[in-house]
Amino acid sequence: MSNVFTIDGQEIPFEPGQSVMQAALTAGVFVPHLCYHPEFRPHGSCKLCTMKVNGRPATSCTTPAAAGMEVENNTTEINDKRRMLIQMLLVEGNHFCPSCEKSGNCKLQALGYALGVMSPHFTEFFPDRPVDFSHPEMLLDFNRCILCELCIRASAEVDKKNVFALSGRGLKKHLIVNAESGRLADTDFAVTDKAAEVCPVGVILRKRHGFAVPIGQRTYDLKPINEQVERFKPVTPATKEKV
Amino acid sequence: MPKSPENLLNNVLDRYERNGNRLMQILRETQEALGWLSPETITAIAKSIGWPRAKVEGTAGFYSFFHNQPMGRYRVLWSDNITDRMLGNINLMQAMCEKLWLEPGRVSEDGLVSVDTTSCTGMCDQGPAVLVNYRAVTRMTQERVTQMAELIQKQIPVAEWPTDWFRVDDNVRRGDILLNNAMRPGEALKAALARETEQESAANARSWREGVGAAAHGPSAVLEEIKKSNLRGRGGAGFTTGIKWEACRHAPGDERYVVCNADEGEPGTFKDRVLLTRQAHLVFEGMTVAAYSVGAKKGYVYLRGEYRYLLDPLKSVLTARHDAGLLGANILGRRGFDFDIEVHLGAGAYVCGEESALIESLEGKRGIPRNRPPYPVTAGFLGKPTVVNNVETFAAAALIAAKGGDWYRGIGTTKSAGTKLLSVSGDVERPGIYEYPFGVTVAEVLADARATETQAVQISGPSGICVADNEFGRRIAFEDIPTAGAFMVFDRSRDMFEVARNFAQFFAHESCGFCTPCRVGTTLLKNLMNKIGDGHGTQVDINEIYQVSRVMQTAAHCGLGHTAPHPLLDTLEKFRPAYERRLKNLTFQPAFDLDGALAQARQMTGRDDLAAHLENAE
Amino acid sequence: MNAPNRKLRVATTSLAGCFGCHMSFLDIDERILKLVELVEFDRSPITDIKHCGPCDLGLIEGGVCNAENVHVLREFRANCKILVALGACAVNGGLPAQRNHLDLRDILEEVYETEGGLARGSKIPNDPELPLPLDKVHPIHEVVKIDYYLPGCPPPADAIWKFLTDLIAGRTPVMGHGLLHYD
Repeated sequence: MSNVFTIDGQEIPFEPGQSVMQAALTAGVFVPHLCYHPEFRPHGSCKLCTMKVNGRPATSCTTPAAAGMEVENNTTEINDKRRMLIQMLLVEGNHFCPSCEKSGNCKLQALGYALGVMSPHFTEFFPDRPVDFSHPEMLLDFNRCILCELCIRASAEVDKKNVFALSGRGLKKHLIVNAESGRLADTDFAVTDKAAEVCPVGVILRKRHGFAVPIGQRTYDLKPINEQVERFKPVTPATKEKV
Repeated sequence: MPKSPENLLNNVLDRYERNGNRLMQILRETQEALGWLSPETITAIAKSIGWPRAKVEGTAGFYSFFHNQPMGRYRVLWSDNITDRMLGNINLMQAMCEKLWLEPGRVSEDGLVSVDTTSCTGMCDQGPAVLVNYRAVTRMTQERVTQMAELIQKQIPVAEWPTDWFRVDDNVRRGDILLNNAMRPGEALKAALARETEQESAANARSWREGVGAAAHGPSAVLEEIKKSNLRGRGGAGFTTGIKWEACRHAPGDERYVVCNADEGEPGTFKDRVLLTRQAHLVFEGMTVAAYSVGAKKGYVYLRGEYRYLLDPLKSVLTARHDAGLLGANILGRRGFDFDIEVHLGAGAYVCGEESALIESLEGKRGIPRNRPPYPVTAGFLGKPTVVNNVETFAAAALIAAKGGDWYRGIGTTKSAGTKLLSVSGDVERPGIYEYPFGVTVAEVLADARATETQAVQISGPSGICVADNEFGRRIAFEDIPTAGAFMVFDRSRDMFEVARNFAQFFAHESCGFCTPCRVGTTLLKNLMNKIGDGHGTQVDINEIYQVSRVMQTAAHCGLGHTAPHPLLDTLEKFRPAYERRLKNLTFQPAFDLDGALAQARQMTGRDDLAAHLENAE
Repeated sequence: MNAPNRKLRVATTSLAGCFGCHMSFLDIDERILKLVELVEFDRSPITDIKHCGPCDLGLIEGGVCNAENVHVLREFRANCKILVALGACAVNGGLPAQRNHLDLRDILEEVYETEGGLARGSKIPNDPELPLPLDKVHPIHEVVKIDYYLPGCPPPADAIWKFLTDLIAGRTPVMGHGLLHYD
């Protein structure tokens, strides 16, 4: 009864222990996010789910829901900031959608559409980043990495392999794989890994599977991302194991 | 016979018991022994500590002072704080590079030497400063540059260089209760123990958490004094120390830690360096008092990598305290009062001054600030309740333990008890350390330091506040201007735009990269400042600074990202003409040098006709 | 009060692009008859006018890869009240910008001197008639101020139509689902 807060005036019930994000998704409220995934521990790095909780900005995936909270989500002020965060990610990497296998199924792109991002706005960084084609079944195109760490968490928490990690700092932060050679082929990564399927953008890709779905029928061709809220389902104990 | 790399590595690994939590020390000592951290070395370390290799590589890749490629047998890093800039470090660095035939950031072709810049090394009162193989050298001059280049070329070991170069002065200009205290080692602890009443003294020092609870009033009596004193954290945020200690003391769990934050990375701050040089006993004693109060058995000093030279002296002090029964088991004969302190050396990462990032680093990981809650007082080092306080806070706590909370509270102002150490540098005749009771005005400090024609003071470093001359009547106190201690003075000859630009570069270099707004935003701000600074700026770019800043202040993960725009916003507010006079026009300018972008094609085609050039402005 | 009903003057060009956006423009098909009632074209591949006069609207396809692109873009900016980045290449450099991680020297040598199949003694051309390439390809907003962006590779004809009719009708163009895409 008392476990209710509001998002943009709408009452949102929650269970104790749920985050604002979890409660919002359970209620079918769209919350832009890239680094959040219901099966992994949230860490709040992309900042797209930033809301105003009782007037103060907070990352909704790491903020515990509390009774009586007043949360602002879908407002001009917040969406302006989110748009700029998308633009920051766009100029930081090399995001050329026309030649990307993930186009149409990419969350970064879909959020760009949902938030009305018409341009990268800033000066492009055009970083020089590698592509790892060493693995027989998978490829890594680091040009598109947004550093959400979903693959890292999937590999550590679900696959128990720790195939991925981060190195470098600041703008030089980058994804690495667990091999002295630095090549994916020299890790125990497998196409069946959870980490192989969680990349929200076009970094971790199956070889020989690009452009399989025709334009017009891809995930976000069918419906915009804000109309495809992945309703939050409590994580099963098997995947919730402590790491 | 020289030892093999394997032997050297194994020695290091053994010394740290192949414990992943000690990874930072393992990496540092391995690098000191082997010169750099090769892929094979990383693999070997990962194997021996039982960590995924990528995680070890991730830690090694995070810190500026670890390198995964050879950086030369001599690595010279020029401190690049604005105060070093004002003392001419860039010209000196260039002169050094010319003498050594190399470019900044590159290793010489023979693999002998590399020269680069680094964030403020905490020698602002005696710059320009460098680190040579991570050893601090102060007061660089043209002459020293020449001599140093010669020593490097002759491959003279750093240990044989003139000892005077490595002299670090304390430059204490004004002392007060902290710097002038004449307490003997153990005095504060004895006073703390003496606060026990007779019926309580039978209890074990930590008995409150072993079920005796309220009966053991010894430690809580000390805590009461700390609370009574109204001591607030000296690292900048100003959290009430007594409340922090109490929260840790009451947090569930049976292991507790006391951590001293000596990662003094805020540019312009060097007071902890002086405290650790002159008052190491007092600092350790404060930690021990904290341990007694909260029930901790283990403490760490997180010493910034730039203060590597303090490591051995601090270890000697720790040994002396052991010998005197002030550390170790049954301290001062009190059964169960066990406490030990270790020094953990950082490796060049400003963000580790943030307490949760510091803890991550202490655990051998990348220094990424944690999500809070939980706070370190309930889940800190290794997930256990942990008190993290600044060096100066612990020193003050020792004084309070000895002389009582009421005494301390009587010093300073209503909301700011006690004294504050200021690190004064820049355009003053007498740079150095000044200790004042809280409430001192900016003008008084300037007068004492003999500053003239002062235009502005940057207080509490880049993340603090820039104060213009109409504000010099303001006070150093939590009620007005809180500070971690930096006090950088700029006279009227200085260009406040360049000050802000230097700080923008600093934050871009030091952003940990965890969250989008800070990782990208700090670089966007740096680029905008460079665009304006290089004469290509417009009003559009100034508006961009505001926009990017707002996103960072709203959405960044930690204080670094929240405060990184401060120096720009402050100077835009108070010294706007410094920006405006650089603007090319008010409308729009290209983001890059158009004519310069044709240079390569001109060279390759041998063309230099009119069409082979572009006007940069329309 | 009525909005001015004189025809809008529109110029278009393709810089470092493939003319695909112009092709997509033509895909508005018979709607072009309606469009010419509302606009008249200045410099454009459609008219073959070589230089841009004062215009209400300029549509720029393609990014900036050489000195000539810069001149054309500046001419458009100087003459058009509203300048639009049309398509992926204008918006973020697009396909041509994927050379940006390569050194221009290596590219020119490879293309003109070392690649197999070249005539013996082939050299990098140095005819002053040829525009010099920039060391990197840039989106047009990095060179001049841009007022509107319409991404897509190409933007669909319906999006171009919606954009133009919105603009002509005095509405801020808004691209809904299906009309806004980056590929």
